[in-house]
Amino acid sequence: MSSAHSHLLYRHGDSLLHRLPAHAKVLALVGFMLVVVATPRERFLAFAGYAALLAVVAVVAAVPVRFIVTRMVVEVPFVVFALLLPVISGGPRVDVLGLSLSEDGLLAGWNILAKGTLGVVAAILLAATTDARALLIGLQRLRLPARLVEIAAFMVRYADVVISDMQRMRIARESRGFQGRHLGHLRVVAQSAGALFIRSYERGERVHLAMLSRGYTGAMPLVDDAPVAPAAWATVATLPVGAAVLAVASGWLA
Amino acid sequence: MHVPDGFLNAPTSVATGAVAAACIAVALRKAREELDERTAPLAGLTAAFVFAGQMINFPVGIGTSGHLMGGALAAVLVGPWTAVLVLSVVLMVQSLLFADGGLTALGTNITLIGITTVVAGWLVTRAVLALLPKRPGSVVPAAALGAFVSVPVAAAVFVVLFAAGGEANLPFGPLLATMLGWHLLIGIGEALITGLTVSAVVAVRPDLVYAARGLRPALQLRQADGTLIPAPAGPGPSASGTPRASLRGLLIGGGLMAALIAGALSFLASASPDGLERVAESEGFADSAREHTFGNFSLAEYGEIGGIPVGLAGLVGVVITAGIAVVVFRFVRRRAARQQNVST
Amino acid sequence: MTPSLEVHGLAYAYPDGHQALFGVDLTVQRGERVALLGPNGAGKTTFILHLNGILHGGAGTINVAGLDVRPADREVLREIRRRVGIVFQDPDDQLFMPTVRDDVAFGPANLGLRGAELESRVSEALEAVGMAHVADRPPHHLSFGQRRRVAVATVLAMRPEILVLDEPTSNLDPASRRELAGILRSLAVTLLLVTHDLPYALELCERSVVLSDGAIVADGPTHDLLTDDEMLRRNRLELPYGFDPHVRPSG
Repeated sequence: MSSAHSHLLYRHGDSLLHRLPAHAKVLALVGFMLVVVATPRERFLAFAGYAALLAVVAVVAAVPVRFIVTRMVVEVPFVVFALLLPVISGGPRVDVLGLSLSEDGLLAGWNILAKGTLGVVAAILLAATTDARALLIGLQRLRLPARLVEIAAFMVRYADVVISDMQRMRIARESRGFQGRHLGHLRVVAQSAGALFIRSYERGERVHLAMLSRGYTGAMPLVDDAPVAPAAWATVATLPVGAAVLAVASGWLA
Repeated sequence: MHVPDGFLNAPTSVATGAVAAACIAVALRKAREELDERTAPLAGLTAAFVFAGQMINFPVGIGTSGHLMGGALAAVLVGPWTAVLVLSVVLMVQSLLFADGGLTALGTNITLIGITTVVAGWLVTRAVLALLPKRPGSVVPAAALGAFVSVPVAAAVFVVLFAAGGEANLPFGPLLATMLGWHLLIGIGEALITGLTVSAVVAVRPDLVYAARGLRPALQLRQADGTLIPAPAGPGPSASGTPRASLRGLLIGGGLMAALIAGALSFLASASPDGLERVAESEGFADSAREHTFGNFSLAEYGEIGGIPVGLAGLVGVVITAGIAVVVFRFVRRRAARQQNVST
Repeated sequence: MTPSLEVHGLAYAYPDGHQALFGVDLTVQRGERVALLGPNGAGKTTFILHLNGILHGGAGTINVAGLDVRPADREVLREIRRRVGIVFQDPDDQLFMPTVRDDVAFGPANLGLRGAELESRVSEALEAVGMAHVADRPPHHLSFGQRRRVAVATVLAMRPEILVLDEPTSNLDPASRRELAGILRSLAVTLLLVTHDLPYALELCERSVVLSDGAIVADGPTHDLLTDDEMLRRNRLELPYGFDPHVRPSG
């Protein structure tokens, strides 16, 4: 994974999507993706419909196309796989632009490309409109085990700290002439990784001390319990329900 | 290398989600024994460390690179149960806040990277540790081997999952061979980084390496006549007590989990068509033309590989591997006990 | 009047056998501002970790505003941790929640406060350190000086009897250092300032105590201590270049 992944996707804003509670958004998007994944790959119209739905969401959320496209870099590995499938798959073959490609492989490649891309776009839209704190509260309200949410909260809080520690170490290394070019550089990098772990772990111990000093007895105090208006649920439900309608409708038409 | 949406079909995704949830539930309870009430901040910081560590790339072949997965490393540093939590949280945050890994594929990703690598890495580490002399430094080669094995094992599990729930007509054998070969290379990188990192930590703070607990030579008491006798075991985390018990639990849990995956998947893969098709059929929309299009989804074609149903093959494979592991452990432990009797 | 802090004969050795405190006696009256000075390794951090019961098991007694520190009793421990507010050296270790508001609310929430009462307590603490305008920001978006001040707020929100600060001026730029001094001066709370920053001790604390090799070796008005060159040298304490404690700045 490249360093692009260290930058949060959240974009500050005040759109309808920003204001919806995180747990509702997560449920809606997961529901949507389940419909997408369960859709047979031949229903091309349905996929066009799903893309249109996500486009509407993007407009409502005021997320520009360029933002989405640049963040889709994470897709690259499975795009390669999807492109390979027509070549390596078995079954009857068809002629495309002079190449003999597997018919099933073409469909399989399309399947992965379509569903995977929709998934990435949906995830980007979720991340762009939900800040970390809201998401953690949302996970709490989804009844995720409290300890898991706590661990996630600490991870999110200290990821930047650990990464900047790591960058400072890299700068210190390179300032002393180190240039990692080949596999041999792993030893030096791993030494830093070891030091980074010790530092991070010791910080964890100090955080625990600070928590104890402020009265921590094993449970994080509950943060948000406000009820969600039915209107909000109706709004988020439009996405998965819309997708389901499209899926069934495309079954009619195909 | 995180699996995106669409690689595996809906029933498989849901099934792996259930498996992941069950394993996390168990890990939550067991992790307290590894870290007591400090679990949240320490696991959280370790998760931040793994997250940062996954940004380390290393070259694997021409023009491509692999990255550290960290399952075996986390298991060696903070213990297997905490490692499951750590990796699961990393994957969860990556998919929800960084759009890295499909939302419906979270169960799959956790099963592969959060559980399989941890279990495989930990079991191999413990096995190798049982063979090596009881010194903190022994953790290094043990961790490296654990990391090396964890990667192709996860790849193999992925291939099994893909064979059961992936929507592509790929020959199972060559696919497995390709994936294994590729991931053996990545495994080398993982082994190197894991081993070197553990080595760096052991050199400075061996008490922070979970797998190194109990590897210090036993304290000795000098008696009045000058002879040395071993000191009685203290109240702290003892060398013999806790790790062996949790190992047995892990083997049983791991075996059950593997059986569940194999069994459940085989049921889902062979029993019913995908969700929407089932709806379509029950509502009467299915017709002969559609049956041709869905030919690849029929029972006969992807329910079996090489004449044996996928799920059954997987299950048998897991049982054989587990059996071998148990036999090796028994043998090694008996031999170690015999050696100890001789020296004292 | 009951002193804010009464420590008698505090002795402590770490599990590895190294003894860090050799019988510390210290009494701090209500409203006093005391600086705890001493070279590195003297035992200052070990000492303050005893004040809220994080370290225990050695010898001696500690009494905070009439309540004995008894780590075995959870109710007592909770109250002690309210009364003794420790601000540690690295603010990043103390600001572990997603936003500033959450961090400041953590302490009082653990004490049982909820709803409007919790909110007003949080606002009060943030106002006291002048950080109300960053309440909804994540801590890592703040400057170091701001994080220091928020860390103080997280402890103030618990309405402590005594505020203990461990090296509050380390890594602070001069402007932030001055701002912090203004805040500390404005607080109506007993203050124990652990510091290497001797001018700061002179500026804020009328009394100072020197801890060296695990025991108190000097206790008196700060000005007297800082003009005792022999004592300073013996305990590896040094005044900054050009600083003359005899010269008091006007205003």
